[in-house]
Amino acid sequence: MKITVCLKRTPDTETRVQVAGDGVGIDPAGVKKYIVSPYDEMAVEAALRTREAQGDGEVTVLSFGDDASVEQLRSGLAMGADSAILLKGDVTMDGLATAKALKGELEGRDDALVLFGVKAADDDQQQVGPMVATLLGRPCVTAVSDFQVDGGKAVCLREVEGGMEKVEVALPAVLTITKGTFDPRFASLKGIMAAKRKPLEQKDAQVAESRLTVRSLELPPDRPEGRILGEGPDAVPELVRLLREEAKVL
Amino acid sequence: MSNILAVVEQRDGTIRGVGREVVSAAAEAAAALGGQAHALIVSGSSPADAGSLGAFGAEVVKLASHEGFGSYAPERYARAVADVVTAGGYTAVFFGATAQGKDLAPRVAALLDVPLAGDVTAVSVEGGALAFTRPVYAGKAFATVSSGGAVALASLRPNVFAPQERGGAGTVEDAGVTPADVATSNVVEFQAAGGDLDVSEASVIVSGGRGMKGPENWHVLEGLRDAIGNDVAALGASRAVVDAGWRPHGEQVGQTGKTVSPKLYMAMAISGAIQHLAGMRTSQTIVAVNKDPDAPIFGVADYGIVGDVFEVLPRLTEEIRKLKAEG
Ligand SMILES: Cc1cc2nc3c(=O)[nH]c(=O)nc-3n(C[C@H](O)[C@H](O)[C@H](O)COP(=O)(O)OP(=O)(O)OC[C@H]3O[C@@H](n4cnc5c(N)ncnc54)[C@H](O)[C@@H]3O)c2cc1C
Ligand SMILES: Nc1ncnc2c1ncn2[C@@H]1O[C@H](COP(=O)(O)O)[C@@H](O)[C@H]1O
Repeated sequence: MKITVCLKRTPDTETRVQVAGDGVGIDPAGVKKYIVSPYDEMAVEAALRTREAQGDGEVTVLSFGDDASVEQLRSGLAMGADSAILLKGDVTMDGLATAKALKGELEGRDDALVLFGVKAADDDQQQVGPMVATLLGRPCVTAVSDFQVDGGKAVCLREVEGGMEKVEVALPAVLTITKGTFDPRFASLKGIMAAKRKPLEQKDAQVAESRLTVRSLELPPDRPEGRILGEGPDAVPELVRLLREEAKVL
Repeated sequence: MSNILAVVEQRDGTIRGVGREVVSAAAEAAAALGGQAHALIVSGSSPADAGSLGAFGAEVVKLASHEGFGSYAPERYARAVADVVTAGGYTAVFFGATAQGKDLAPRVAALLDVPLAGDVTAVSVEGGALAFTRPVYAGKAFATVSSGGAVALASLRPNVFAPQERGGAGTVEDAGVTPADVATSNVVEFQAAGGDLDVSEASVIVSGGRGMKGPENWHVLEGLRDAIGNDVAALGASRAVVDAGWRPHGEQVGQTGKTVSPKLYMAMAISGAIQHLAGMRTSQTIVAVNKDPDAPIFGVADYGIVGDVFEVLPRLTEEIRKLKAEG
């Protein structure tokens, strides 16, 4: 069974975001480290567990980005993926342009499952997975916290407001993974060494026009200076008074 | 024509609250563009309160009611919405950024071949064109974007746009679409989470961190939530708590959990790591209780109390109960 996981290189979640001089991007000087976007790491974990449960299979990690994304693809290989593909091109906030680039590669492959993170830690668009599925004409289940492959279908748990849905989808299908059972494994030293010898193909992406333009990027307004009201339970009556009279939220 | 279509969600035959928010935002933007707001409801049978959207500014309420739309089948719903958008020649389409809206909107965008702005927190009209402001980097920054597509698509974050009655009366009509025959996923079971209010829908959130020491102490937080009222208040949690298995992931607030903006956020024994702050710093009022006066959570809190949660919380619950009893 073939599985492809789409993963994105994003700034570490510890990053203190600063706006760059152009006013539309973030200042790279503030980014100490880049990572595999956290939900994408969970998607890699999901693919590896599925391969293990099936007893055989092949996991490919796929990224659209600049040369530096090789580092994240190697992380996926070190976790246990079998091969990697880098589609080189400029990534923008237009998720549909990204989806088209990924689709260009995916349509020629015969994956039973294509996995995505539910959202990327930088743009937070939460859209690329279901867009790719729609472009490919494959069914897609989003925000999957757990799933099992059972014959020709995947049985998924999906988080919605007020509960969990159990959703069945016929393969080939696209799933987007959220936090749940797929706690990502750490790469072992052996895995890291092995990753260096695994195939990593690089080619130019078929880049589509990006039509979502970022006009400005701003930091959220500073919160007004807070107040420590006191220590211990004696401070409670003053807190309740302020919540009622000043903040007017009680 | 500069009309905007608001895609409205229903549940069990009733319009969801977020639907009124989306229609109100569409009406306001349409007025600025010199057009009308219309609403579309895709469902198994017509919700009885469909006409009530007129009061919130929907001049036309279109119903795509068919048993084939009985349960949410994303591929089929997406086609229905895309067909209505194409036939109606809309300038823009707004969705609610709910579990369903976030699933549906990208598919509609791909069918129409236009970009989508996800989880938008502000809509503006500049020089006759729409611009959308949306959080990026888990709320550490806000990007304002404009769409170069033929139709501007956006999903709007719940609880941010106020529902506004405009006093109109909308005409209700058939949307003229039937379910397409496409491969789709099927919901085979729904497990309700005990009827508690979802953290993304609550106006007050009582959140607990690792300093709560264990799941057996959660009754203390539940007591506070109930004193405030479990119809408006919900429980939240830090990732440390969820990873320890004390609480379900649905309650996690932050980078890899929910991003929330309630009226009141209470952080109890939560240190305030950058990934937690990302999920709650846009709350209107923030209260923190922590025994460490240097905890970073105090940096964003409007009101803080330095102390042991197990001493402060019972007193807080008691005082709020008293206040509610006085009315
Ligand atoms: C990729 C990534 C994603 C992440 N996503 C999230 C996310 O979505 N949400 C999230 O919350 N975190 C997230 N984190 C984790 C985050 O970095 C912190 O580890 C986490 O928020 C800490 O949780 P905490 O505040 O409950 O625990 P701690 O940091 O251990 O803090 C416990 C606090 O309780 C106080 N305390 C202890 N006992 C008492 C007492 N009796 N009375 C009063 N105060 C007391 C302590 O002083 C301390 O400040 C993420 C991390 C990474 C790397
Ligand atoms: N440039 C990219 N390369 C590979 N996968 C991507 C890229 N951008 C987004 N994705 C995938 O799409 C998911 C959702 O991204 P987004 O819609 O931007 O929030 C991510 O979690 C990744 O799995």
